[in-house]
Amino acid sequence: MKLAYEISHLLAGVMLVASFALLYQQRIAAVLNAFAAQSITLALAVAWAAWSEDRPDLFITAAIALGLKGVLIPVALHRTVTRLGVHREVEKVVGVGMALLVGLALCGLSQALVVKVAPAMAGLGRDELALAMAIVLLGFLMMIVRRNAVTQVVGFMSMENGLILAATGARGMPLVVEVSVAFSVLIALFVFAVFVFRIRERFDTIDIEALDRMRGDRR
Amino acid sequence: MIEAYQAVVLVPYAAAVVLAALPGYRVGAVGNVIASAAAFAAGLWLMLGPQTVGNYAIVDEFNVLFLAINTLVGFTTALFSASYIGHEIETGRLSPGFLRFYHAMFQAMMGSMNLALVANNIGLMWVGLELATLITVVMVGLYRTPQAIEAAWKYFILASVGISLAFFGTILIYLAGQPVLGEGLPSMTWSLLQATAGRMDPALLDLAFIFLLIGYGTKVGLAPLHAWLPDAHAEGPTPISAVLSGLLLNVALYALLRFKMLMAGQPAALDPGPIMVVMGLVSLIFAAFMLYQRRDIKRFFAYSSIEHMGLMVFAFGMGGPLANFAGLLHMAMHSLTKSSIFFAVGHVAQAKGTQRFAEIRGLSVTHPRLAVAFALAVLAIAGLPPFGVFASEFLILTTTFARLPWLALLPAFGLLVGFGALLLRLQDTIFGEPIGPAHRVDASSVPMVLHLMLVLAAGLYLPPLLVVWFRRAAELLG
Amino acid sequence: MTAEVAVQFLAQGAQMALVLLIAPLAVGVTRRVKARLMRRQGAPLLQGYRDLAKLLRKESVLAESASWLFRTAPYLIFALTWVAAALVPSFASGLMFNWAADVVALVALLGAARALLALAGMDVGTSFGGIGSSREMMIATLAEPAMMLIVLTLAIAAGTTRLAGVADFFIAEPLAVRVSLALSLVALVIVALAENARIPVDNPMTHLELTMVHEAMVLEYSGRHLALIEAASMLKLTLYLSLLICLFAPFGMAPAAAGPGSWAVGLGAWTAKLLLGAALLGVWEVSIAKMRVFRLPDFLGVAFVFAFIAILLAYLSLGAAA
Repeated sequence: MKLAYEISHLLAGVMLVASFALLYQQRIAAVLNAFAAQSITLALAVAWAAWSEDRPDLFITAAIALGLKGVLIPVALHRTVTRLGVHREVEKVVGVGMALLVGLALCGLSQALVVKVAPAMAGLGRDELALAMAIVLLGFLMMIVRRNAVTQVVGFMSMENGLILAATGARGMPLVVEVSVAFSVLIALFVFAVFVFRIRERFDTIDIEALDRMRGDRR
Repeated sequence: MIEAYQAVVLVPYAAAVVLAALPGYRVGAVGNVIASAAAFAAGLWLMLGPQTVGNYAIVDEFNVLFLAINTLVGFTTALFSASYIGHEIETGRLSPGFLRFYHAMFQAMMGSMNLALVANNIGLMWVGLELATLITVVMVGLYRTPQAIEAAWKYFILASVGISLAFFGTILIYLAGQPVLGEGLPSMTWSLLQATAGRMDPALLDLAFIFLLIGYGTKVGLAPLHAWLPDAHAEGPTPISAVLSGLLLNVALYALLRFKMLMAGQPAALDPGPIMVVMGLVSLIFAAFMLYQRRDIKRFFAYSSIEHMGLMVFAFGMGGPLANFAGLLHMAMHSLTKSSIFFAVGHVAQAKGTQRFAEIRGLSVTHPRLAVAFALAVLAIAGLPPFGVFASEFLILTTTFARLPWLALLPAFGLLVGFGALLLRLQDTIFGEPIGPAHRVDASSVPMVLHLMLVLAAGLYLPPLLVVWFRRAAELLG
Repeated sequence: MTAEVAVQFLAQGAQMALVLLIAPLAVGVTRRVKARLMRRQGAPLLQGYRDLAKLLRKESVLAESASWLFRTAPYLIFALTWVAAALVPSFASGLMFNWAADVVALVALLGAARALLALAGMDVGTSFGGIGSSREMMIATLAEPAMMLIVLTLAIAAGTTRLAGVADFFIAEPLAVRVSLALSLVALVIVALAENARIPVDNPMTHLELTMVHEAMVLEYSGRHLALIEAASMLKLTLYLSLLICLFAPFGMAPAAAGPGSWAVGLGAWTAKLLLGAALLGVWEVSIAKMRVFRLPDFLGVAFVFAFIAILLAYLSLGAAA
């Protein structure tokens, strides 16, 4: 039993490391690879939970995570980036070091929150919840500190990874939610694909700063 | 045999599939209107039918009225859109190929909103709201101008963050309910959760509510999370602005209120009231001041929406039967009035070919009937009697004054500031020398006038049936 | 009883001598592996000893501006590093002076040695020395907090800061898969690379101004002083390898109060692991390029982040398991 706990903990920890890797990388291709790694680890974590807790419906979630977010979306994004021809570096709002430090603070915050808020929860659930919350917050941070449209969407997707991890940790959450989460990922991807091309069409770049000049509030 | 509550969700979705396959936008427009009418019929039928509480759906006093309003406004917007879109094609802003897509998406959005309203499962509620939001994101970017894309992108990013945070809050609620109700479906069923909230861990509920407040609050347009709202209203097609302001904001607020009811069941948990009061006041006053700087007519009324949503959140934060009643009434009135304003704005934009205030003047000379309708709509939203908005605003202010006199000054101040801005703009637009082109207006005036008449009627005389409904819903809110 | 004490004393002395004797061999293994992978012959394995002997025989040439610090620093550095290296449990964990082998003391000894080296580098007043010292201290500013967090994580896990205690804990625990430990391992490897002036942080074979850190500081040394400093850097490498082995792969180590038989086993195991580690280092150095200096803070920041997460997770599991 302890081994099951250790492995879930390990996989969730690797996902957290991948979140930091997302903040650290400076090239779009590396960011996409880190995201793919995170999604694959998520699939493994969900599959492990399915096997060790005897919840066969989670295998479907793991398969969806692996297929969609581990393979399909990174490949599609790689091709989009190539087709867009954007230069390969990610424009930053704050430097890597600062982003990492803030990320650490968010980790500590989520841990403190979970420890304070859920003393009654079982040990495994609580740890996974803390890690999942940290991953969600780090994805959010990535959306804020990186100015590139592709990386903003990757940040959002990594937030979703954290959410799926949290939902897995919550024992017994029905399948309907998981399927709909997967469905929403599809919709989000569709919306995104439509937009990145339109943005490229209109602005010749996917730097969000260029968009900012169009902000209506100045009018 | 389909139940009413199932029909109100399935009809729009089925229509979406059908409309996606139909060629030609005129046929699509007609199909859109028919489908919306059917959904409206289902909504009325729901009002008259019994209440149910099932595993996935719930029909109680709180949501039955909103379903009716939702389907009504959907129907009238479809009517408006049918005539409006023709003009857009003529001026070349849209191509016919897109419109098939547009009508299907319209129905899918209505279906998702109804799903959110009717859901008893908190996961389904989230799914409905997220789908509706994502569809509106696509619609906002429909014109493909740089400004539209920027607005849609900003909306997408902020909405996605809101969605994710709200989902996390949903998971936390499930975790709170799990020890009490067991694993699986019961822990996601709102009615069961609300009944047993007293036994749940208060700290976990607090954390969950914070996430839900930020997540769904982004969609309600509470400051400081409102950044997407003005641009999304301004750059999207006018029917979508009407639906956004009139319906989607309401549905998001509805979701937030469902969770507030849940929190009310656990006395040891955080009281959401003060937070909501503060956030509402901040939105109200901030938006009221921002009204003065706006030079685009749609953006102007978008800030007005933020102002009114702030007022509603303030009212619900105050709590108590009267304030809740007033808040609910205001939700209904605002929905009708704001959509009629956007219909009028659509007419005005078509008439003058622009959305900038500086170029819209002297409507009373060039389009007298439109000027009258527009003036009435603006006066309605400004809160003048005898329109319904006055009744709800008055009620909110008096209950606040009765409980915390000094606090009542703040919303009153905000409303006055907003009132001033509205009148100022109205005067500029209606009177003065006409400048610029004066095109013929193609869109149907029926929806706009219909809504105004409803608001007027509600202001003069609220049928006892509705009063009873509002009162019971107010009691549920605690 | 006296015989037992004498045996213990001998064992401790043996450990001290052992690390000193094996250090040049470890470095020789690394160099040889690197050379072979680059399809060169490479120097023989025992070249390290020959180099040290050669340097000891040569005359030490001092600059005119060198002060007493410059002359005495090599001895102090060597002494500090040797003591630190001798404290890390190698083949047995319960040796005589193991009470002094505290992880924090270890960090302190190494820090003192580094400070002295930096000062000595600046002492002569050349610009090379200044560059080296400032870069070294920059790396230290980032690596040392990470090191402290790592040792604290391990101390939390083992419940004690004594290295022997930590080693015993890890021998006793079954091979558990622990995230906090895995992250600490990665962080410690990064810190070790930084401290030992290995690729990707620094190139031990270079003498280009653009890329030197450690080499720049010792540029002015010659003769016996250089011999001592070279020996100290070899000892430091052995220390870190031994630390990694002791903490993360301690199987085969003789537990406390064991006899000479298990010591022999421990000795064999340790030597094998050490040389394997040296070989792996050689492979690593060949496979990766040196990082630009301004990317170093990011790289070491990663070590810090990992160490921080590790300690957070250790705290979590402490709360949960307790």
